[in-house]
Amino acid sequence: MALLEIRNLKKHFPVGGGFLGRGAETVKAVDGVTLSVEDGETLGLVGESGCGKSTLGRCIIRLIEPSDGQIVFDGQDVTALDADDMRVLRRRMQIIFQDPYASLNPRMRVGEIVGEGMQIHKLAKGGELRDRVMQLLARVGLREEHFDRYPHEFSGGQRQRIGVARALAVNAQFIVADEAVSALDVSIQAQILNLLQDLQEEFKLTYFFISHDLRVVEHISDRVAVMYLGKLVEIAPAEAIYANAQHPYTRALLSAAPLPDPSRKTERMVLQGDVPSPINPPSGCSFHPRCPFAEKICSEVEPALVRDGDHSVACHVFGPGATVGRAAETV
Amino acid sequence: MTNSALTEEAILARPAAQGSRVPRGLRPWLTPKIVLGGGIVLVLVIMGVLAPAISPFDPNRQNLLGAMQAPQWLAGAHFLGTDHVGRDILSRIFYGARISLVIAITVVVISGIVGVGLGAISGYFAGKIDFAIQKLVEVVWAFPPLLLAIAIMAFFGQGLGILIFALVIQRWIPYCRVARGQALSLRSRDFVHAARSLGARNARIVMKHILPNLMQAATVIGTFAMATAIIAEASLSFLGLGVPPSIPTWGGMLADGRAYISTSWWLALFPGLCIFFTVLGINLLGDGMRDIFDPRLKRSGQGMG
Repeated sequence: MALLEIRNLKKHFPVGGGFLGRGAETVKAVDGVTLSVEDGETLGLVGESGCGKSTLGRCIIRLIEPSDGQIVFDGQDVTALDADDMRVLRRRMQIIFQDPYASLNPRMRVGEIVGEGMQIHKLAKGGELRDRVMQLLARVGLREEHFDRYPHEFSGGQRQRIGVARALAVNAQFIVADEAVSALDVSIQAQILNLLQDLQEEFKLTYFFISHDLRVVEHISDRVAVMYLGKLVEIAPAEAIYANAQHPYTRALLSAAPLPDPSRKTERMVLQGDVPSPINPPSGCSFHPRCPFAEKICSEVEPALVRDGDHSVACHVFGPGATVGRAAETV
Repeated sequence: MTNSALTEEAILARPAAQGSRVPRGLRPWLTPKIVLGGGIVLVLVIMGVLAPAISPFDPNRQNLLGAMQAPQWLAGAHFLGTDHVGRDILSRIFYGARISLVIAITVVVISGIVGVGLGAISGYFAGKIDFAIQKLVEVVWAFPPLLLAIAIMAFFGQGLGILIFALVIQRWIPYCRVARGQALSLRSRDFVHAARSLGARNARIVMKHILPNLMQAATVIGTFAMATAIIAEASLSFLGLGVPPSIPTWGGMLADGRAYISTSWWLALFPGLCIFFTVLGINLLGDGMRDIFDPRLKRSGQGMG
């Protein structure tokens, strides 16, 4: 059974809102996302900046209240919980943030930061709390003497370890990693990714791993979801995405990722133009103005996410839902 | 886990070796502004605390036969002379320091608690609560500060408590504005999100994550507010609206001395100098502290110099 199920989730932000609320528009940051995350897997979520992936991640743990849709976590409808029940559930869902400098309170010592969750949920106190925090610090690769230090005394990688320890302190099962390694140097990125994988094995964690970096996502994910302008365009097991991407947007993303192997040739597929404004997304398939394969129908009808086995694609031209012309193999 | 890279990280994060006898934490504080301003404030505090012990005379003992004596310096009993009813000016200055300090500190602390508290609530909760508090701020801020204090003193009569109330009623505003602005930006910082995702309630977030991060700004505002509180207290005492006349204050001494300024300059000069140096000292201290707490400001200042 899926640990997390998201059904038709939407988050619309009102913007503008001129004098007396006239002329208000909405940004459709997340616009009807449906997906599920299995217990113990890592789901990677990729997409360009501004496509709504962080908003989706924050909606799941209700740091942002979704506008519409359902989030079912382990059989409980998260969106329907009141504040007290939500507080209880928060123990099981945690988040690791992108910016290790902004995500730690500069006025708190490391011990307090990591121990706060246990205090809130009364999991431990006094010497026991201290011992458990010490164990956690050791587990994420920090030392015991770091307990009484302030965040500014640490490097970015170490701060991110503190953030991981904070998430683990409440025995979380499900962790949203929101660009958790994007702010780090490449060598440190690898360390943190390895740490996350070790912890996943040890504590049976489920990750929702958000990143714009396909290379990082490939390394850690079991399945990968691709998001464009608030909607999912493709979901598939990681190998399938990298070997057999269907959606033109996924392929464009892949062809833009640099490869460490100079002998491997890639067909460059350079996208024209910018991401359209999520205030006024294009009609039909929101990718059609930038898509080199767009047909007439693409600007008229929004393609549904069609499933074939474990590979789902939202496209009129390619994949299981293709209704026009070309087959995927031709590219 | 790659251990070698980890230790390298740890080495980079270790603080630099110590190079001087002054404790590392104290060194940034030894700027000319802070040393000078802090020195003046320290002298003031010593004067106020030790006033009963170091005053040569009872500050309220009148001696009409010995009135209007010029400063005798070390030659006579009255170092700074006597006033129009023969009270020892030096003793009154010492006791005046005491009342100035008590009032200034009380006013600064109370208005700090009220202002930072309301500001944090206003900025953190935003929305309607913020709107209500900010409207209150605007209404109070619309009154000229001294005029409002005069009106309150005139209405309620003299008294230490009422004086403090009259000064607090406006002095919490700067705290509130700054605290609100900072709280507004803090509430969307990731560490606040992290606390919320851990299940922290609003009260905990405000107490543990918002307020501690407002303390630096509050300290700086506090020192400046202290200077204006001393001036305001002196102004009200000068106008005869401060504390009861039986308590010696610098402002009251200044008012008494005003009538004799052409003949007996020492009556007004010494309390005036006290107010001047006290405010100067506190402002220097506040300035120095702001340089430390807001390094960006300091750097831009150095760039211009």
